[in-house]
Amino acid sequence: MGEPITIFKRPASLRDAFTHYCPGCTHGVIHRLIAETLDELGLRERTIGIAPVGCSVLAYNYFYCDFQEAAHGRAPALATGIKRVLPDRIVFTYQGDGDLASIGTAEIVHAANRGEKFTTIFVNNAIYGMTGGQMAPTTMPNQVTTTCPRGRDVNLAGWPLPVADLLAQLRTPSYVERVAVHTPRHIIQAKRAIRQAFQYQAERRCYSFVEVLSTCPTNWGKTPAEACQWLDEVMVPYFKLGLKKSPDRPPVE
Amino acid sequence: MAKKLMKGNEAIGEAAIVAGAQAYFCYPITPQTEVAEYLAKRMPEVGGVFVQAESELAASQMIFGAAAAGARVFTTSSSPGISLMSEAMSYIAAAELPAVFINIIRCGPGLGGILPSQGDYLQATKGGGHGDYRFLVLAPSTIQETVDLTIEAFRLADKYRNPVMLIGDGLIGQMMEPVDFEGRTAPPRLDTSGWATTGCAGREPHIVKTLFLDPNVLEQRNRKMRDKYEQMKREEVRFETYLCDDAPELLVAAYGTTARVVRTAVDRLREEGVKVGMFRPISVFPFPDEPLRQQALVPSVKAVLVVEMSMGQMLEDVERALQGRRPLHFFGRGGGNVPAPEELVRECRRLLGNGQGGR
Ligand SMILES: Cc1ncc(C[n+]2csc(CCOP(=O)(O)OP(=O)(O)O)c2C)c(N)n1
Ligand code: SF4
Repeated sequence: MGEPITIFKRPASLRDAFTHYCPGCTHGVIHRLIAETLDELGLRERTIGIAPVGCSVLAYNYFYCDFQEAAHGRAPALATGIKRVLPDRIVFTYQGDGDLASIGTAEIVHAANRGEKFTTIFVNNAIYGMTGGQMAPTTMPNQVTTTCPRGRDVNLAGWPLPVADLLAQLRTPSYVERVAVHTPRHIIQAKRAIRQAFQYQAERRCYSFVEVLSTCPTNWGKTPAEACQWLDEVMVPYFKLGLKKSPDRPPVE
Repeated sequence: MAKKLMKGNEAIGEAAIVAGAQAYFCYPITPQTEVAEYLAKRMPEVGGVFVQAESELAASQMIFGAAAAGARVFTTSSSPGISLMSEAMSYIAAAELPAVFINIIRCGPGLGGILPSQGDYLQATKGGGHGDYRFLVLAPSTIQETVDLTIEAFRLADKYRNPVMLIGDGLIGQMMEPVDFEGRTAPPRLDTSGWATTGCAGREPHIVKTLFLDPNVLEQRNRKMRDKYEQMKREEVRFETYLCDDAPELLVAAYGTTARVVRTAVDRLREEGVKVGMFRPISVFPFPDEPLRQQALVPSVKAVLVVEMSMGQMLEDVERALQGRRPLHFFGRGGGNVPAPEELVRECRRLLGNGQGGR
């Protein structure tokens, strides 16, 4: 009998902490993918993360690296401030859809458009999780939330905001991809995208943005398994997955 | 170095560079845009950071990020922009980050106008953003004093790990005066290595945050901040008196540009033999309560007149300082109008009962 070999362990970039996320919430999966990436690329000791306002405001209780906590929606402004004074550090914002796609829309668009060389991980769960399930800009048509109790009426609230697709329209070079984390296959793809995003930053290439479709079983009123299925059947057909923009591909004139 | 003729806004930019500012984040607004224009040229020359943000909301949150990353940072704006910055001000004060904010006040409320005003006094000294915090607030009245207080603001921001605000009315920004940078140097930088987020190589991670859900922990922080403000009241009170030593009958309190007009009026009244003195607060938070009270309670002083380019804001602080022990009068101009020496002369004569014609 040889020595036992470790095939799965906590990444060094995560703390040994109990999670406050709800059972079945995929925030935790996304945390892990980022932490694995920081480990693999050897970035932890020069990384500064920025927590949003939302369920992941306490992200610094899980990540084992420097962190700032932003006002609601302003993480890209903080990241700009940090990255401009410390250009050789790795900076990432971690933001929900209320944070990034509603109150912080101006900040994300302009940070991307300036080509700030940091990374954004955008967690799109189609709802405001932390405040108890209100309509988000990304809430699906007819999806019931506490502030659209008859379902999202696209005539009044518009259609879900496709942030990755919007940012991909900008002329400034960037990396933009949309992924999901509701099946192992998708998680593997999400990991590759997140790693690519940090890689581009480490090479000082461009702004990088990964939109991650994520579950909120609690406020969707579903079991974790139902939530994954709903994400697949309702969100994925609208929020099309895949690479939206890459600095390696010049824009089409 | 000889004296240099400089516009107030440009002098502010140069003073910040002399003070060692490493980064400046801004959004254009009259009457302070020349600071941005000046620094767009100068910051790159000294290896500093200049960013024109998409809004004052963003500019001020960039200040948060850069300050929490250990840089010496500042921004400038004018009234409507300062309102948008109030969000970040609260967070920056809460996170105990050193930063300097300069408000070249224009007339309001709302879009108001672009002419000088002192209508943001209460916003600056009593809060503006949400929560239990204070800025240390300084109010210069000449361009030279603006330069010196800008440099001083960076020192004080570091000393207290608290934001410091300089307030000047539009004239301070637009006026040209000779200024001297001779002997002015950057205040020593605060050691930020114990808390700044710079990457955790060789140490435990640093977290800069303002969420404290445990009431006892947050109350502790509230008390600690209160203690800082109390220390400011003991150590940072600044003021100037003018012709107050020969038993004046009337004491005029004014700050900023208004104090310059008051000075002229006082000189004219003195030529006529009318005994008037001036008290000029330089720090408006902390307000010079005790020195003002002492001046006002000199037995010869019959009344106190407050002059402002507002409908009466510093007036509230003066009222508090006097505790009702002297009659208090107010003369204010608004809409961007600057009081003229003649109207102040007339008002002082009227109050002393030897006036030819009132208001
Ligand atoms: C200025 C401001 N407005 C509103 C709030 C209240 N608030 C806290 S979290 C949140 C929404 C969070 O939703 P999301 O960004 O989608 O993140 P999630 O909780 O779903 O992960 C809101 C509106 C706040 N903290 N600050
Ligand atoms: S409320 Fe939703 S997003 Fe927040 S932790 Fe629970 S499941 Fe996750």
